[in-house]
Amino acid sequence: MMRFIPVRETILGSAILLLIILITSRFPGFVAPSNLANVFNDTAPLMILALGQMVVILTRCIDLSVAANLALTGMVVAMINVAMPGLPIPMIITIAILMGAFMGVINGVLVWKLSIPPIVVTLGTMTIFRGIIFLISDGKWVNSHEMSPAFTAFPRAVFLGLPVLSWIAIFIVIIFAVMMSRTQFGRSIFAVGGNPHAAVYTGINVGKTQFWAFVVSGALAGLTGYLWVARYAVAYVDIAGGFELEVVAACVIGGISIAGGIGSVGGAVLGAIFLGVVKNALPVVNISPFWQLAISGSAILIAVAFNAKSGRTKDRIILKSAEAKQ
Amino acid sequence: MTSQSALANSTETTAVVSMDLVTKTFPGVKALDQVKLDLYPGQVTALVGENGAGKSTTVKILTGIYRTDGGSICIDGEPVTFQSPNDAAEAGITAIHQETVLFDELSVAENIYTGHAPRNRFGLIDKAEMHRKAAMLLKEIGAPFSSHTPLRELGIANKHLVAIARALSVDARVVIMDEPTAALSHKEIEELYELIDNLKAQGKAILFISHKFDEIFRIADRYTVFRDGGFVGDGLISDVTEGDLVTMMVGRTVDQIFPDRVHDVGEEVLKVVGYAHPTEFADISFDLMRGEILGFYGLVGAGRSELMQALFGITKPAKGVCRVNGNIKIIRSPADAVENGIVYVPEDRGKQGAVIGLPIFQNITLPTLSRISKNGFLRLAEEFKVAREYAERLDLRAASLDQDIGNLSGGNQQKVVIAKWLSTQPQVIILDEPTKGIDIGSKAAVHEFMAELAAKGLSVIMVSSEIPEVVGMSDRVIVMRDGRIASKLSGDEITPETLVRHAAGITTQTEGAKL
Repeated sequence: MMRFIPVRETILGSAILLLIILITSRFPGFVAPSNLANVFNDTAPLMILALGQMVVILTRCIDLSVAANLALTGMVVAMINVAMPGLPIPMIITIAILMGAFMGVINGVLVWKLSIPPIVVTLGTMTIFRGIIFLISDGKWVNSHEMSPAFTAFPRAVFLGLPVLSWIAIFIVIIFAVMMSRTQFGRSIFAVGGNPHAAVYTGINVGKTQFWAFVVSGALAGLTGYLWVARYAVAYVDIAGGFELEVVAACVIGGISIAGGIGSVGGAVLGAIFLGVVKNALPVVNISPFWQLAISGSAILIAVAFNAKSGRTKDRIILKSAEAKQ
Repeated sequence: MTSQSALANSTETTAVVSMDLVTKTFPGVKALDQVKLDLYPGQVTALVGENGAGKSTTVKILTGIYRTDGGSICIDGEPVTFQSPNDAAEAGITAIHQETVLFDELSVAENIYTGHAPRNRFGLIDKAEMHRKAAMLLKEIGAPFSSHTPLRELGIANKHLVAIARALSVDARVVIMDEPTAALSHKEIEELYELIDNLKAQGKAILFISHKFDEIFRIADRYTVFRDGGFVGDGLISDVTEGDLVTMMVGRTVDQIFPDRVHDVGEEVLKVVGYAHPTEFADISFDLMRGEILGFYGLVGAGRSELMQALFGITKPAKGVCRVNGNIKIIRSPADAVENGIVYVPEDRGKQGAVIGLPIFQNITLPTLSRISKNGFLRLAEEFKVAREYAERLDLRAASLDQDIGNLSGGNQQKVVIAKWLSTQPQVIILDEPTKGIDIGSKAAVHEFMAELAAKGLSVIMVSSEIPEVVGMSDRVIVMRDGRIASKLSGDEITPETLVRHAAGITTQTEGAKL
């Protein structure tokens, strides 16, 4: 019997390869290892956020506040860096993760304890987080010359041929792969999304699992906030505006069911890489930005249509003789 | 084919609807293979068959939801093809489905006339006319509520009446009732019988689908039996016995339905004293011994499931004490219950049991994850071992434990759900309607299995609305009525009559039930 999850990932992987081959036929330099590494590095923030979003979507929720969380955390750590340039980077990273996680806690508590629909909760907190950035920064930018060299150098430092940003993404992918397949938390996430009623009867606390999903997503958004601001060496109110939709798109393209319960780490990563390739490659082969949007949009629709189709093959079989043949 | 159709042809009336050699194929599967079915005016035809016999497919073909792949459907002798549900409705065929499909936020009249409301001369809905006609229909079927009532205020039985009124509003000649009594209490079922008699008197042809033989013999004039998508036989109900029908359905004789159980019960495992809930139940005290099957009988809405949910920690009782093995335990969540060796197999296994999308082995180990984890990581080898052990104990038929549970048949899915609970090594297993909606063959297997569990020293609480099952399986029975314990029965006191009497609260000649 074929299991369709790996099949879906294979198809997505092939689509990415095909895309790269097409691009290479117009611009051979694209497949140079250094360029591919660049594309990967560029996609790293999307990948990290997509993994957090995946966990949330799997539990039948959605987190629209990730980009605002990222921007707020980025602004706060940038301002801390300006005020205390001597604060070591591990400290900064810890603050960023804790701050992001705290914003996740807010989302999670509202969803868990007050049973507000996640889309409403995160739409609200998204706006609030952006508002707070404006309040604390007065709308002003924090520019690169104000930040300490160590602050901006960290994500760009090259280690074994890849920037630290890429390594962090790889590290997180590995952690998530283990977490989703080998821990109780990972299993609970699939159970909660796959059948919340059954999860309750199994002794899994659905609300609490969703709460932790938001905390994970928030923590990753916080971490990405520092990485983003440090990498681009600038922090302002509108950083990563609208990026939450790209994150959700990466998940959907990666085959994570928006209805929850179905998805994989590999899917989320490939979904992010697909969008990363489209975004980085099409401009260099002189394809207009319109096509970039159209291709991303079509990819979302194709992915959803494909998932809907593979979901349909699970129909009940009525004839006992046919069932036996299976 | 062992057809008895000569019998049906010999009657004086001609069929309104007559399906012949009808075949329906789904990709790779024949759901119906050359079946025949005749419905006569003023008569009730019972369509009988195990789960998967093709009954629901037949309903969907008759109501125009599916199209046939072969064979003919004739109405008054004229061949017809239904392109859409509308065609079937125009031909006068209407169905009352298992799950009634209604709109909670609309009024009763709006529900009855959704899609075919009377219009005024501007083409707008004529509300006054709609309510007038709806009121007439409701009066006809004896519904105790007004056409203006919002649907959400009605209970399940009254919603059913709305569905029936809706079916009648289209001027139906053929009424299909797909397990109409599943959600009804005893008294409501009697009212439904009256309604059916009424419809028969109006000359409507009725197709009645039910798993319950007492209903079939009470209400049907004719029967048609399907097995595994094929036609087995039909004829007049008066010519057959229950045993004949069962033999035709399962293709073998089923003489002894309930396993013999002779054993001693052990010491007390669970003691519940004074459990009460603000709205659902009060004054619940009982005890449960090791190796005992304790039946809970009552009408729908008597508070049995609510009590079980409180025992399992899904809802919290307001008062009362629960002792497990003599020690007072406070059960606040299902996790607490599982830890204390109490597990609950819910009534709606599809919705509350299996996690579709997870493979079989992960479904089985879901409640035991903490036991198979080490330092926070799941040990996959251990997990597979546990899953394989319980799958084998239940004789689970699956190609691989890696398979998605969604690909299994209903019976096998149920085995996975039970395996899941057994893997927690419980002391008390609560089975809520363990055989509801499953075919006779699987029922016997479930009963066998329950007896086996009890023999191994597990205490079983069985919530059931099926009287033969309660009588046949229980060591003791607690009858609940209106959220309280009406009586506790044991031994020879457990008879269908006493169960029904206590459940309905009939103490004198007057009927006390007011559901």
